[in-house]
Amino acid sequence: MKEPLLPVLPPDRSADLTAEFVKGLWRENPIFVQVLGMCPALAVTNSGVNGLAMGGATFFVLLGSSFLVSALRRWIPRPVRIATYITIIATFVTVADLLLQALVPEVHRELGAFISLIVVNCLILGRQEAFASKQPILPALADAAGMGGGFTLALVALGGAREVLGKGSLFGWSLFGPHFEPWVIMILPPGGFLMLGLMLLVFAAVREGREKAARRLVAREEAA
Amino acid sequence: MSGAAPLVRPPAAAGSEAWRLVATLTVAGLLSGLAIVGVYQATLPTIQAHQAEALRRAVLKVLPGAERMAPLYWQDGWEDGWQDGGQDGQKTGGEDGAPAPPGEAASIYASIYAGYAGDTLVGYAIVGEGAGFQDTIRLLFGFDPRRQRVVGLEILESRETPGLGDRIYKDPAFLAAFRDLAVAPTIELVQRGASAPNQVDAISGATISSRSVVNIVNTASGEWLPRLDQLPRADSKGGER
Repeated sequence: MKEPLLPVLPPDRSADLTAEFVKGLWRENPIFVQVLGMCPALAVTNSGVNGLAMGGATFFVLLGSSFLVSALRRWIPRPVRIATYITIIATFVTVADLLLQALVPEVHRELGAFISLIVVNCLILGRQEAFASKQPILPALADAAGMGGGFTLALVALGGAREVLGKGSLFGWSLFGPHFEPWVIMILPPGGFLMLGLMLLVFAAVREGREKAARRLVAREEAA
Repeated sequence: MSGAAPLVRPPAAAGSEAWRLVATLTVAGLLSGLAIVGVYQATLPTIQAHQAEALRRAVLKVLPGAERMAPLYWQDGWEDGWQDGGQDGQKTGGEDGAPAPPGEAASIYASIYAGYAGDTLVGYAIVGEGAGFQDTIRLLFGFDPRRQRVVGLEILESRETPGLGDRIYKDPAFLAAFRDLAVAPTIELVQRGASAPNQVDAISGATISSRSVVNIVNTASGEWLPRLDQLPRADSKGGER
């Protein structure tokens, strides 16, 4: 997507909603740009499926919490807003925990305690405090979907890459046949840090390249 | 939703403001509790069915040839229901891991299960647990009382290191050793080249996890095998029928 150099305010609301949605996917990606929610991003991304399940559960909790917080924003008194947000988030997390246990018991077994720990994912509370509590329902939902989607994409990317290198498979399908010697450290905890560091590096390089290109363009326009 | 007045208003008396905070949190907690209880009630049967099914599959897996199972209960002696699974299973509430008494939780946590092929006893599946490298390991192993051998092993719960310790349930060679393994005098873990019928090769890189599994099986068989001898000839009874 080509971004305009100067921020041009979109005229209609649907474009506004699209912008709220898209920003979480790439430009303000929770993992790669905001570097939030590192605990699940490092701990459970040892396979693509685990990353997807963790991302999906977080997406569900974020969407539900943002909806309720935005809908109730006029009735939640400021002094107890954080406690109320946490109550709402914890409720959705418990619901997600029970649903995963009922629907996909194997995945739930793999993720274990990390599902309950979604409660303390600062990404979720952060979106409530910074966005949903100040916005109408539709933008809040768009923002939550974008952030949750960006979080899920990042976790699947991390988990997929680590699984390919560390187990020689992707989403459980073997890629390289029986003679592949897996790079086991990639699915161990240190592999999480290595892979996250590599991906942050790529993101930083892309951003820097874009900024340089933009500066060159501006300089050329000024010279002309 | 809370029914309280909107937040935007002139400063009110401190007392009513405090009351409003308490009311908001109370209502939030109440609704949250209701939502959780509702979902819990709705998902409970499915979750229990999953657990019972996973257990049943594990029992049938560690007892090759078994077609159905029945739990046996021990509490300072065999409980009355011990024999019903071997017959029509009416008293224990049915076949295949859906028994009722004693206590509902027992359907999941009863400590040993008899596996049958038709009416013939194949063996017993025994649950054991103990310390692993990271956390408690819970496992299930099949035991053939006629040959006095372990005939299968399944890890029910473990948090062993992925790629290393988790090979206790992913390494086919390690699991194969438990398909025909003598328990007397005890199972031994050797570094390489198991030769005696009671020896298991340790997984290289996961010696502690391998030793934990062997210890757990040894402890559980030390505990349960003498009790199995007290069963009133359950194996021959199956043959008569």
